[in-house]
Amino acid sequence: MASLVIAEHDNKSLKDATAKTVAAATQLGAPVHVLVAGRDCADVANAAARLSGVEKVLLADSPAYETMLAEAMEQLIVGLAPNYEAFLAPATSNGKNYMPRVAAKLDVPQISEILAVESPDVFRRPIYAGNAIETVQAPAGKKVITVRTTAFKPVDDIGSAPVERVELSAEQGLSRFVSEELSKSERPELTSARIIISGGRGLQSGENFHLLEKIADKLHAALGASRAAVDAGFVPNDYQVGQTGKVVAPDLYIAVGISGAIQHLAGMKDSKVIVAINKDEEAPIFQIADYGLVSDLFKAIPEIEQELTRLGY
Amino acid sequence: MKILVPVKRVIDFNVKPRVKADQTGVDLANVKMAMNPFDEIAVEEGLRLKEKGNATEVIAVSIGPQAVQETIRTALAMGADRGILVKAEGPVEPLAVAKILKGICDEEQPGLVILGKQAIDDDSNQTGQMLAALLGWPQATFAHRLELGDGSARVEREIDGGLQTLEVKLPAIVTTDLRLNEPRYASLPNIMKAKKKPIAEKTPADYGVDTAPRLKVLKVTEPPKRLAGVKVKTAAELIDKLKNEAGVI
Repeated sequence: MASLVIAEHDNKSLKDATAKTVAAATQLGAPVHVLVAGRDCADVANAAARLSGVEKVLLADSPAYETMLAEAMEQLIVGLAPNYEAFLAPATSNGKNYMPRVAAKLDVPQISEILAVESPDVFRRPIYAGNAIETVQAPAGKKVITVRTTAFKPVDDIGSAPVERVELSAEQGLSRFVSEELSKSERPELTSARIIISGGRGLQSGENFHLLEKIADKLHAALGASRAAVDAGFVPNDYQVGQTGKVVAPDLYIAVGISGAIQHLAGMKDSKVIVAINKDEEAPIFQIADYGLVSDLFKAIPEIEQELTRLGY
Repeated sequence: MKILVPVKRVIDFNVKPRVKADQTGVDLANVKMAMNPFDEIAVEEGLRLKEKGNATEVIAVSIGPQAVQETIRTALAMGADRGILVKAEGPVEPLAVAKILKGICDEEQPGLVILGKQAIDDDSNQTGQMLAALLGWPQATFAHRLELGDGSARVEREIDGGLQTLEVKLPAIVTTDLRLNEPRYASLPNIMKAKKKPIAEKTPADYGVDTAPRLKVLKVTEPPKRLAGVKVKTAAELIDKLKNEAGVI
């Protein structure tokens, strides 16, 4: 029986997380179908149809799925369940929200945030904020899985799968979307950026994040923050990198004024190259940094900016 | 309206977990244990709703060995009214926890169940959502702000792109994120008072639930270690290394 990947998207564009989840699904060995649930999202379905390894795309286009409310998503996926052996969603705030409901309805355990597929029923996943890795075997029967997308490379987009519409009636009324307040930014998204520059409590204020913005603009980097900086109100919650925030793995991660609490490291230690800038030589962040600069950030950051300008960035 | 708050006993968040040499799990012997931090936030939110007159009673539930009684006492010392201890040995998976909680909800008929969004030991992030599905209730996970209205709750949620506001009909499930509130400390007089508060003892069988794990843990290992690199002296040297050695800019 096939595996069903639930697409992550914003009704306009397909998110990178979907291609990474398809990569994980492919490793289960069964044919892969992708479910695109949303409103007026035919473009998203067409994008999903181009993902390599996808055999078929199911498009559930209805106002009921516009904001991916957990109750509606549960009904939709459970309605499709008889045709599938495995269900995979990226461990985004959406996937984490609806998938356990599906698992409960199917009466199977969920396997959260897998890092690797060892065999079609054996998976590796982080526990204790990534301080330990658990290898688990799923029982026979249906599998409900969320995928830590930083652990998988996205599949190519050179395929051409057919798109099939599905109509399932969704009961509504238990919950209602009221509003959304999304951070607006011209910069790349944290979870898909190639370079990230993050600030911590050492920045001392929200205004001082502008220092990092100048460098982010030069390097086309995304801006992130530690939990301490978010808790202090310097930046909004969606900037948070860490076990309870976003897990990222860019080519270059620059940690500025971040001491390196375990929960922050859990969210970024798989980055290819890590740079730490901190005036405290003993800060734990230096223990995992490829390049460390022991310096007052208010001196170092303007110097880095000048140097980048000099080199034509 | 009653509020039910499930609380889990986990390794204290300040303690660095050590993987056992035989790879069977994380060493819990002689390690400081505490209430899961997200659950503390859940207890606090329940208490605040009661103090605002939105709830009549806050009930703390914990599932596990006799020692989880300490975690219930902590919730009672914070201000919860009574406890339910469901005795179970060995690890209990989120689905089994959700089934037991469903049994308790059927008995107690709470208007709201507030849970931590995840436990910091298994990091599953499942129980609240599973309970919502089993009960057929709406859910608002990763709550940043919670306001009770007439027969409904308005919840601001932390999502990947920012914040989202939902309105859910009661009864409902809410799971807490970090910034919902800052939990209080229990005062000494309240710790003394908590000793007299009632804790009912139950078993999973009372709710018809089998807690045998369905996932088989084959092994638990240390994550790959990352080694410290080099220290650079100046900003210019750093940029040079990133450009010419690492090739990432």
